Amino acid sequence: MPSMAFDTAHLLAGGLVLVSFVLLYQDRLYGLLNIYAIHAVALSASVAWQAYLQGAPHLYVTAGLALGFKAVIIPVALRRIIERLGIHREIEPVVGISLTMLAGMGLVALAMVVMLKVTTEAAPLAREDLAFALAVVLLGLLMMTTRRNAVSQVVGFMSLENGLILAATGAQGMPLVVEISFAFSILIAFIVIGIFLFRIRERFDTVDLQALHRFRGEAR
Amino acid sequence: MTLPFDPVATLLLTPLAAAAVLALLPGFRLKAGLNVLASLVTLAAAASLLFSARPATGKFLLVDDLNIVFIVLGSFVGFTTSAFSATYVQHEIDTGRLAPAHLRFYHAMYQVLMFAMNLALVSNNIGLMWVAIELATLTTVVMVGIYRTHEALEAAWKYFILGSVGIALALFGTILVYVVAQPVIGEGLDSMAWTELMGRVGEFEPALLNVAFVFLLLGYGTKVGLAPVHAWLPDAHAEGPTPISAVLSGLLLNVALYAVLRFKILLAGNGAAFAPGPMMTAMGLTSVVFGAFMLYRRRDIKRMFGYSSIEHMGIITFAFGMGGPLANFAGLLHMTMHSLAKSGIFFAVGHISQVKGTQRIADIGGLTVTHPFLGWSLVVGVVAIAGLPPLGVFTSEFLVVSSTFARTPVLAIALVLGLSVGLGALLLRLNSLAFGEPRGSLQPARASYLPMSAHLAIVLCAGLYLPAPLVTWFQHVASILG
Repeated sequence: MPSMAFDTAHLLAGGLVLVSFVLLYQDRLYGLLNIYAIHAVALSASVAWQAYLQGAPHLYVTAGLALGFKAVIIPVALRRIIERLGIHREIEPVVGISLTMLAGMGLVALAMVVMLKVTTEAAPLAREDLAFALAVVLLGLLMMTTRRNAVSQVVGFMSLENGLILAATGAQGMPLVVEISFAFSILIAFIVIGIFLFRIRERFDTVDLQALHRFRGEAR
Repeated sequence: MTLPFDPVATLLLTPLAAAAVLALLPGFRLKAGLNVLASLVTLAAAASLLFSARPATGKFLLVDDLNIVFIVLGSFVGFTTSAFSATYVQHEIDTGRLAPAHLRFYHAMYQVLMFAMNLALVSNNIGLMWVAIELATLTTVVMVGIYRTHEALEAAWKYFILGSVGIALALFGTILVYVVAQPVIGEGLDSMAWTELMGRVGEFEPALLNVAFVFLLLGYGTKVGLAPVHAWLPDAHAEGPTPISAVLSGLLLNVALYAVLRFKILLAGNGAAFAPGPMMTAMGLTSVVFGAFMLYRRRDIKRMFGYSSIEHMGIITFAFGMGGPLANFAGLLHMTMHSLAKSGIFFAVGHISQVKGTQRIADIGGLTVTHPFLGWSLVVGVVAIAGLPPLGVFTSEFLVVSSTFARTPVLAIALVLGLSVGLGALLLRLNSLAFGEPRGSLQPARASYLPMSAHLAIVLCAGLYLPAPLVTWFQHVASILG
C-alpha cells in the first residue's frame, strides 16, 4: 500500500509538471486559462492526496481553495476581463515555442538533478515532491519571462505559485501552509483586480507590456 | 501567549489599531495628525525596548540584540516620515494633484505598512516573517500607484510582478529551510522558529541548506533592490508619492536586508554549509558599480536617488558579505546613516519638486538662491550620501573600504571605483540643482523643515562624533553577525 501511496503522489505531482508544459505552448488566451484551470485541479488533487497521506485535515482547506478559487473563480474572472477589455486573444511569445519547450526541459532536468542530489536526508515523499515543485516554479518563471502579454504573465505567476503550494504541502507537517495559501490567494486576487481596475478605469488601451514600456519615466 | 502591556505588543497593536481607525475616519487633517501620533507611540515603544528588560521569547515573537537596531531605526524613520507626509500630502490636495478620494486609505495603508514591517522584524517564525514582508509589499504597491498616471501604474505593476516573483522565491527558500529542519527538530512550529533553528543548525543537511539560501538571497534580495533583480526600485521611487520613496529607502529595503542577514547567520552556524559571504559580496559589489554608473544621465531627480539607494544597499550588503567585526560594524553604521540621509534627502526633494512643480532635473536650478533652506538641505544631504567628510556616511564608507583593503585589496579597488563614479555623478547633478542659474518657480515653499533637519543633523553629528554607547552597541551586534 505505501508504494501505491507514493506512486499516486508522484503521478499527481508529475501531472502538475506536465500541465505546466502544456501551459508553455498555448497560443490563445482562452486556451491558456482553460489549461490553467486544469493546473489548479491537478494541484488540488495533489494537495488533497497529501492531506490524506499525512492525516492533516487542514490541508483539505488548501485543496478546496485551489479548486474553488484558482480552478473556477480566477479563470472565469480573467475571461470576463479579457472580454470587457477587448484584449487580443493571441499570445505573442518573445522567443519561439520550440526553443521555450527545450529550455523548459532543461529546467526540469536541472530541478530534478539539484533537488534529488541535495535532499538525500529528507523524507522520501517530500523529496520527489520538492523536485517536482521546483520544476513547476522554474517553468512558471520561464513562462513569465518569455511572454509579453500581461495576462499570460499573470498566469505564469499563478502556475509558479501552484508549485510553491505543492512544495509547502509536500513538506511533512509544515505549519502555516493554509495561512500562506490564503496569503497567496489574496495576492493573486489583488493582481487580477489590479489588471481590471488599472486598465478599465484609467487610460490604458492595451495590456501588452510592450506598450507600457513606452511610458517609462525616463522617456518624457 | 499572554501579553499584558509590553513594548512589543504596543509596537504591533498601535499601528494595527491606528490603521483600523484611519480607514474609517473622515477628514484629511485629522487623519494626518493621528498618523503622526500613532507613529510617535510606535517610536516610543521601540525606544523603550532599549531600556526595559527584554520580553521573553515566545513561539512567534522574538526581540534580540539584532532586530532592536532595525526596529528603533525603522520606527524613527516611520515617525519623521509621517510628519513630512502630513505637509506633503496637504500640498498635493491643495494643488489638486491628488483627489481626497485617492487618499482615503493612504494613512491606513501607511500604518499597515508600519505594522507589517514591525511584525517582520520581531517575528520568531520564518513563515510569519515571510507573510509580513508580503503584506508590506502589497501596501507599498498600492501606494506607489496612488497618482494613477501611466508612469505610476507602470511602476506599481513592475514592482508588483517583480516583488511577487521575489517573494515567491523567498517562500520556496523558506519551505526548504523547514524541510531541512524538520528531520532534526521535528514537525510543527518549532522547525520554523529562529531560536530553535539557530540552536540546532549544526545538525542540518548542509547541501539542502545551501540551495535554500540561494533562493532566499535571490528572493529577499529582490526586495533589497540588489542588482540584477533591482528593476522595480527606481520606478517605484520615482513615481510614488515622496513619503513612500522615503519609507521604501529608509525602511523597507532594510527589513528585507534583515531577512537576508538572519539567514546568513543561520547558514554560518553550519560548518559544512558553504560560506554565504562571497555570494552577498558579489551581489553587493555588482549593485554598487551598476548603481553608480546608472546615476549618470538620469533626468528625474527621484529616480536618480532611487539608483543611489541601489548603490548604497549594495555597499551595505557588500560589507555584511565581507563579515568580521569591523566590516559588520561598518555595514550597520552605513545602513543607519543611509536610512537617515536618504530619507532626509527625499524629504527635501519632495518639497522641492512640489515647489517647482516638476521632477525633471533640467527644470530645477539655483535652489540655494531661490529656496535657501531646501537648497542647503539638499546640498548637505547629497554631500552626505556621496560619502564626503565630515558626515556620517563618510565614516561608514571609509570603514567598509579600509576593512576591505586590509583583506582583499582587489575587491576594495572595485568598490572604490564604484564609489567615486557615484560621487562624481551626484556632485555633477548637485551643481546644477543647487547652484547655477535659478530655474523654475520662485514661490516660497511651505515645507516641514523639522524632519529633514533632524535627519541631516544626526548624520552630521555621527560624522563628527560617535557616542561611546552607540559604538559598544553596534560592536556587540556586529559580533553576532559573525
